[in-house]
Amino acid sequence: MTGTYLLRGGRLLGAGDPVDLLLAGGVIAQVGAALSAPADAVHVDAAGLVVLPGLVDLHTHLREPGREDAETVESGSRAAALGGFTAVHAMANTEPVADTAGVVEQVWHLGREAGYVDVHPVGAVTVGLAGTRLAELGAMAGSAARVRMFSDDGRCVDDAVLMRRALEYVKAFDGVIAQHAQEPRLTAGAQMNEGALSGVLGLRGWPAVAEEAIVARDVLLAEHVGSRLHVCHVSTAGSVEIVRAAKARGVDVTAEVTPHHLLLTEDVVAGYDPVFKVNPPLRAKSDVEALREGLADGTIDAVATDHAPHAAEDKDCEWEAAAMGMLGLETALPVVAEAMVATGLLDWAGVADRMSVRPAGIGRLAGHGRPIAEGEPANLTLVDPHASTVVDPSRSASRSRNTPYAGRTLPTAVVATFLRGVPTVLGGRLVADAR
Amino acid sequence: MPASQHAFAATGNDEQSTPGDRTVLDAGEIGRALTRLSHEILERNKGAGDVVLLGIPTRGVYLARRLAERIATIEDEAVPVGSLDVTMYRDDLRTRPARALLPTEIPDTGVEGRTVVLVDDVLYSGRTIRAALDALSELGRPRAVQLAVLVDRGHRELPIRADFVGKNLPTATSERVLVLLAEHDGRDGVVISDRGGDA
Amino acid sequence: MKRHLLSAADLDRDDALLVLDTATELATVSSRAVRKLPTLRGRTVVNLFFEDSTRTRISFEAAAKRLSADVINFTAKGSSLSKGESLKDTALTLEAMGADAVVVRHGASGAPYRLANAGWISGSVVNAGDGTHEHPTQALLDAYTMRRHLSEGRGDLADRRVTIVGDVLHSRVARSNVLLLATLGAEVTLVAPPTLLPVGVEDWPCEISYELDPALAKADAVMMLRVQAERMNAAFFPSAREYSRRYGLDAHRMALLPDHAIVMHPGPMNRGMEIAADVADSVRSVIVEQVSNGVNVRMAVLYLLLGGAQLPTGEEVAA
Ligand SMILES: [Zn+2]
Repeated sequence: MTGTYLLRGGRLLGAGDPVDLLLAGGVIAQVGAALSAPADAVHVDAAGLVVLPGLVDLHTHLREPGREDAETVESGSRAAALGGFTAVHAMANTEPVADTAGVVEQVWHLGREAGYVDVHPVGAVTVGLAGTRLAELGAMAGSAARVRMFSDDGRCVDDAVLMRRALEYVKAFDGVIAQHAQEPRLTAGAQMNEGALSGVLGLRGWPAVAEEAIVARDVLLAEHVGSRLHVCHVSTAGSVEIVRAAKARGVDVTAEVTPHHLLLTEDVVAGYDPVFKVNPPLRAKSDVEALREGLADGTIDAVATDHAPHAAEDKDCEWEAAAMGMLGLETALPVVAEAMVATGLLDWAGVADRMSVRPAGIGRLAGHGRPIAEGEPANLTLVDPHASTVVDPSRSASRSRNTPYAGRTLPTAVVATFLRGVPTVLGGRLVADAR
Repeated sequence: MPASQHAFAATGNDEQSTPGDRTVLDAGEIGRALTRLSHEILERNKGAGDVVLLGIPTRGVYLARRLAERIATIEDEAVPVGSLDVTMYRDDLRTRPARALLPTEIPDTGVEGRTVVLVDDVLYSGRTIRAALDALSELGRPRAVQLAVLVDRGHRELPIRADFVGKNLPTATSERVLVLLAEHDGRDGVVISDRGGDA
Repeated sequence: MKRHLLSAADLDRDDALLVLDTATELATVSSRAVRKLPTLRGRTVVNLFFEDSTRTRISFEAAAKRLSADVINFTAKGSSLSKGESLKDTALTLEAMGADAVVVRHGASGAPYRLANAGWISGSVVNAGDGTHEHPTQALLDAYTMRRHLSEGRGDLADRRVTIVGDVLHSRVARSNVLLLATLGAEVTLVAPPTLLPVGVEDWPCEISYELDPALAKADAVMMLRVQAERMNAAFFPSAREYSRRYGLDAHRMALLPDHAIVMHPGPMNRGMEIAADVADSVRSVIVEQVSNGVNVRMAVLYLLLGGAQLPTGEEVAA
């Protein structure tokens, strides 16, 4: 580990007096006012900036192996670092599927080689995401990648028996099943949120009940077998209500929401631009309000990007032929700032909790989401709360361009990201040789 | 989208006169000109026998009807009168948003073998009449086609001339000639304004 | 200022009446010996059909040819693999060919919006039916037909009562008709089993009924929508027989209509399913006339979109 950094005058979690942070040997060596640094320390002016623990994403599609034209572990890692992340969970729906120790180790190694963020592979629950046989969950847990989160994301584990077994089985190594809640029969061919607008646009509807029915079933299953359940990308007011009630009963359930479900409503679908096509679909305004409220009161534990890069030809077409998903890593923090901070629903401590502390806890990542204190790993993100981010797809670090925020000005900007004391981003730009 | 934006923009040919315009023919003069034109048409064609009057919308139609009334009074015999919209035959369609079509009503006698007298308010470039000749040729083969106009303001762009002219009116191209008729405009009159534009 | 006809909602009352009035004038052309007008000489109209619909294609083709446009028929049946790609690539090809208007029929709802707004082509786009979304020229020809029979061929359809029966959920004809008829002042009642009505239909500018008979007695026009028998496999209704019994128009039900009422169908018909053969062939049926009116209405649309000055692309409003 090389380099010593002195971050001057930032405010921890955006509160209190400005302090200096001395980063050395991969950890936070000192915290205090007007620190004196060794002669070789690099000074970073953090005056006016908010210091957050490095952000942790529970839900990232890095597309490698298989669709390296859309994203690679390296390009996705760069986008993550620019977004202020120090760790991401790479979803299993690659080609081949990450359903064996071999594939998850490959992804884990690619992440280490890229070096911009810690890449933690998510293992598939079922072989080939086919929903019929359990994948070798134990082997993935015991591999070098130390997988703790398992998900068939993109598909729902809709077979109740299989879901029950998976929930039970991962208890052996403190794993968690992250469910993409989508009742498949109710959503066959679905194109957008089912409601008045889908009727007018003639697009097949994806009803809220198709999510809520699975969430309700899964919390009952988790309660029954005493297991840990995580609900991916909660998108409806009804799901928030179910999770809230389950938590009140003591069920070990956690939930995430995407930035786009916190900011965008289904209204944008009216122009049939597939950049807004995503799964689960953008919902009604009342859902957005319930999701914000759920995130604010802690019913929803985490913001997770569901960063889903797609090659141009998969989006540059008619709506029904287009792939589902949108970019999220580079815009996540500014979107949360707009939806949650600017509205007064969360302060920066709340943002740190929902974007770092709790996701790290759900993913069982020991070195992330830690307090900003002496001796802790130096995984940090510096945010300028008064700057703004203008979204320019052509400048994205991702290999894909499918951001729904093109041309939009969002509040705040990520200025710097440190991974174990080494800057991956400085002055809002990638550090070339982060490794 | 704002309510004022229409999927199609159609322009009518309603023109309004404003104070400051110069009146060159009053109602009485228009009436006398039309009476004279009626006599000339009868004289040229040796009676109203096979004459069909076709007015070019909008004001040409009213003029054709007035001519038909006068001819009927003079000859004690009804002359077939109709209208011929030339919009779809114009050569300047692409210079303006698409125009609403106006009625084409051909009398039951048809035009085949008849002497068709086209009637318009103002003869200017001649392009409207060229379009009318094209439109007419799709309807049949008249024995002869003649042209009657209330005003000839000159500045022809095609080798077209009127057979019957109510009033020759030397104008500048920057001027605008407006024919007002009671049926359409509430009063009769021919006025010149110098606000420019085409008539 | 719109350059495209993508939805019946693009037409306000003045626009809609302009189309209908223009079609009325053009009908006189269709009835005479020389049916051709020189209006669109030198203009190229492309019929881009990703779905088979010989009737609609022929109707647009006849309309464009009567206006002397050059017509190119482009029947592209996209495979499921290259479906998306082919729309863009086809559009770029048409642009290179200098298409002034693209008449598009596509199985995907919203495909005409992509053609109009993705920046692939500069010409006008006419929606000739997209998925389960809209079919605005069908609505225009239906309104034209109703106006002829119910309003002496003039003005709007204020206070006329139109009953539309059948598979509203999957019908682009129903969507466009509800929008246009409301614009023209008609009172529309949709009749269907609840399974064949879209979510949110209560917000549409029309009445809803699950029973056919009460809606017939007051109807000036009844429009029967095509219902595919295969829908019963997806449990939209129990059987073709039950559907036909509850929602089909037979001679007995037709007798409930007022004397002046007309029977319409956008075609193609499932005789014996939604409409009995003797009803389809009765004197009240204007189904054949709908087809011939279609040419006049499409001529009017093409003339109004292409006949005037081309508007700069910049004036386009995002849908
Ligand atoms: Zn998912």
